[in-house]
Amino acid sequence: MSELSVNHLLGIKYLNKQDIQLIFETADHFKEVINRPIKKVPSLRDITIANLFFENSTRTKLSFELAEKRLSADVLNFSSSQSSVKKGETLIDTVNNILSMKVDMVVMRHPNPGAGVFLSKHVKASIINAGDGAHEHPTQALLDSYSIREKLGGVAGKKVVIVGDILHSRVALSNIFALQLQGAQVMVCGPKTLLPKYINTLGVKVETNLIKALNWCDVANMLRVQNERMDISYFPSTREYTQQFGVNKELLDSLNKEITIMHPGPINRGVEITSDVADSKQSIILDQVQNGVAIRMAVIYLLASKIKQ
Amino acid sequence: MSQKVLLNAKEVNIILHRLACQLIEKHNDFSKTVLIGLQPRGVFLANRIAKILREDYKVKNIQLGHLDITFFRDDFRRGEKTLEANKTQINFLVEDKNVVFIDDVLYTGRSIRAALTAIQSFGRPNEIELLTLIDRRFSRHLPIQPNYRGRQVDVINNEKVKVNWKEHDNEDSVYLIEK
Repeated sequence: MSELSVNHLLGIKYLNKQDIQLIFETADHFKEVINRPIKKVPSLRDITIANLFFENSTRTKLSFELAEKRLSADVLNFSSSQSSVKKGETLIDTVNNILSMKVDMVVMRHPNPGAGVFLSKHVKASIINAGDGAHEHPTQALLDSYSIREKLGGVAGKKVVIVGDILHSRVALSNIFALQLQGAQVMVCGPKTLLPKYINTLGVKVETNLIKALNWCDVANMLRVQNERMDISYFPSTREYTQQFGVNKELLDSLNKEITIMHPGPINRGVEITSDVADSKQSIILDQVQNGVAIRMAVIYLLASKIKQ
Repeated sequence: MSQKVLLNAKEVNIILHRLACQLIEKHNDFSKTVLIGLQPRGVFLANRIAKILREDYKVKNIQLGHLDITFFRDDFRRGEKTLEANKTQINFLVEDKNVVFIDDVLYTGRSIRAALTAIQSFGRPNEIELLTLIDRRFSRHLPIQPNYRGRQVDVINNEKVKVNWKEHDNEDSVYLIEK
């Protein structure tokens, strides 16, 4: 198989195991490309990609833009804060206006869950979901799994705990789907108030004691506390959250084994993890960032190959 | 589908030794030369030539790399299938080196054009030459010719030249296959 089963990347739940395998194998080649003295290939020189960010983003936007430029695509950047969306324009009108400029692919981040799926039904461009509300963030989940595969030699059979704000996290949901699809065991750990009610239907283990969770896992994926999405108080104080769900060097040293630490960023240093953990040898946070470019190049390349001339 | 033998194992072996000797005549001790096999099947020829140079002619300085040109091809999105990449393995810079591209069959010249672009990711070579086992004459789309050729053949467009290698296909041979 050398083709994705989908024409858009809207979420991990639309992919199958072979799709993920193909994306990883393609990313392996792009990882080699981005470590060359000249990091650019001309594959997508006739493709135009619009990055539509209706919500703030730093690393995802930069990572996509870099991936697109390294594939030689033409890139349009859009952020809603400086656009006609503020004047009341609808999503479809905004996108259709951009597509009239002969855009082939849209990378979209949107605060509303399902925005990518909605758009894919109304416009004739290949859509990549770069995060839709608290729903999915498929490229992040792919790069997380890819980083685990690189560090531990594979994903199947590994035990991964996702720690923190599961309720507001699109990273958590996409990661659960991606890890389970590849045969990993997944646990979520966090305050009860930050675990969604439907969590038991996803086939994951649930734990509210961080030490038990860390003793169980091979990998801990520490999520950011998303204060901007919290309209009510979900825990008494940041200090109390850190005491119960923060990881520091002392805690890691007290375990009988070495676990791998991940974080999708941005890190609240001293809240989810301390600096000595974030910068330790066990942390693969910067590998995740580098792998993000290779994974996004692979996804864009594979989807672009389905856009026929 | 019919096929006829263009070269048998003995003839392939004689040609490989002749090509190796031609390389020695031009490049002498290979201190400023690198051999680059083009993925996927040029790699078998490159490995074989490098082995002959090392073992039969005792050349010590052979630098051998494998170059994948998938992302540099000009037919992305033109065919039915997604282009599948292979592994590039070049652990040296080609800056100021004399590069010899090695491929099994030279047909339209488009792969070589892609390789000329791809190699620039590893530096600016002093010069680039092309060695090919089979040169399909009269089928070029681009003005590209080999510096070293094993055998020149006249093949019409609905025929295919298939090169087999012992390490991959269990025999050294070249077939002309009618599609």
